[in-house]
Amino acid sequence: MTEINANTPMEKMTPGGDIYTAGNAREFKTGDWRSVKPVFLSEKCKQCGLCFPVCPDDAIPVNKETLQREDFNYDYCKGCGVCAKTCPFGAIEMRKEDD
Amino acid sequence: MGIRERLSGNEAAATAMKQINPDVVAAYPITPSTEIPQYFSTFVANGSVDSDFVAVESEHSAMSACIGAEAAGARAMTATSANGLSLMWEMIYIASSLRLPIVLSLVNRAVSGPLNIHNDHSDAMGVRDAGWIMLFSENNQEAYDNTLMAHRIAEHKDVMLPLMVCQDGFITSHSIENIELVEDDKVKEFVGEYHPEHYLLNRDEPIAVGPLDVQSYLFEHKAQQAQAMENAKKVILEVAEDFEKMTGRKYGFFEKYKLDDAEVAIVCMNSTAGTTKFVVDNLREQGIKAGLLKLRVFRPFPVNEIAKALSHLKAMAILDKASSLNAAGGALYEDVTSAMYVNNFHVPAVNYVYGIGGRDTRADEIEGVYKDLLEIAKTGNIDNPYRYFGLRREAK
Repeated sequence: MTEINANTPMEKMTPGGDIYTAGNAREFKTGDWRSVKPVFLSEKCKQCGLCFPVCPDDAIPVNKETLQREDFNYDYCKGCGVCAKTCPFGAIEMRKEDD
Repeated sequence: MGIRERLSGNEAAATAMKQINPDVVAAYPITPSTEIPQYFSTFVANGSVDSDFVAVESEHSAMSACIGAEAAGARAMTATSANGLSLMWEMIYIASSLRLPIVLSLVNRAVSGPLNIHNDHSDAMGVRDAGWIMLFSENNQEAYDNTLMAHRIAEHKDVMLPLMVCQDGFITSHSIENIELVEDDKVKEFVGEYHPEHYLLNRDEPIAVGPLDVQSYLFEHKAQQAQAMENAKKVILEVAEDFEKMTGRKYGFFEKYKLDDAEVAIVCMNSTAGTTKFVVDNLREQGIKAGLLKLRVFRPFPVNEIAKALSHLKAMAILDKASSLNAAGGALYEDVTSAMYVNNFHVPAVNYVYGIGGRDTRADEIEGVYKDLLEIAKTGNIDNPYRYFGLRREAK
């Protein structure tokens, strides 16, 4: 399917806005809604594995080999703070987006 | 030669649906359209159709199920009236914006309140700008014929819009009249199979339907819908031409009844046109040049064609069977007068709101409208263009 963007004329757009490919939610970077962001303090992290299952999106990547969590994927993190509340070790700190 | 039968309007609609044999029918009962899904569920139980009948818990779900079925690639139909359509309202817009050619049988009834189950057009007028093609039917034959033509119009690649076939509740839906049906095999051939280009159950092309449409996109998608509505005009006439070849019955945007040489005329929709024809015939016998324009295609609105057809009149009345409660006349009146204005024709035009909540519409009342028109034609005096007939008022 040809790329449709904010400059595409109506004649070239698909009826109803249908998207003729799969897995395209990835292209919608919802992270820009964020006003506060979680910061990963790796030195405090014990890799207990409690944070990534509570993330309502998919913003905490887990390495498939080492099974260890990595830094946040801010493309999709909306700054809800559930992970920071869940972390027993203070390894996630919520900061203002501008800081 | 077709099959001679006698059916009610609801039976006619259900019979058309049986012959079309859609993949899915999802419907919820509401007076006066209840019989349509009732008859259809009998066809399903008897095995005379292959359709899946979805017995949903509300009209919102009925339309939602039709949307799901159509998006999946199936042909889906439903039927409703009045408050059932009101409950569908959210999904009515989803169906048209997702460009799903669902066909709905709308048996017109007053939208409550106060609670009323009888005929007027307030249900249809409530969705007149929702992006659905809207065909109106004078009698059971037209309700049947319009339903047979519906899919060919709605599913056309230049259109892809849902379509509703309207008929008057009780007056048409529950009156048994003679009807000429088309043979099953001819209907099957005429309607054809539905093969959408993109659909959810196509494993070779996974797609997303109905994604978020933000500021940079929705405007263009709405303009596409408007363009499709414009495209529908040509398709409606082409399908009508094919239908005439099959049945001999001629359809256009509207029917002109003794209109071309008329001096005064009425514009109306659905069953009132039948009563008006009777009045026109009587007036013609008295030498009065009365005519009628019965609108069949209300959406898309045939702006230029209707203006041209009315341009020669000395006075005309537009009858609205729904009160717009806007202090500016009914929906049909607004559309017709606007069509005249943009085409630069000036014919004195008055609006009559009538038949609300199933109030009986009598021949003598329609004759009264023609008498008013003759007076306007003579004096050019309109006084108040926003009128009623059949309304009780204190004597002045």
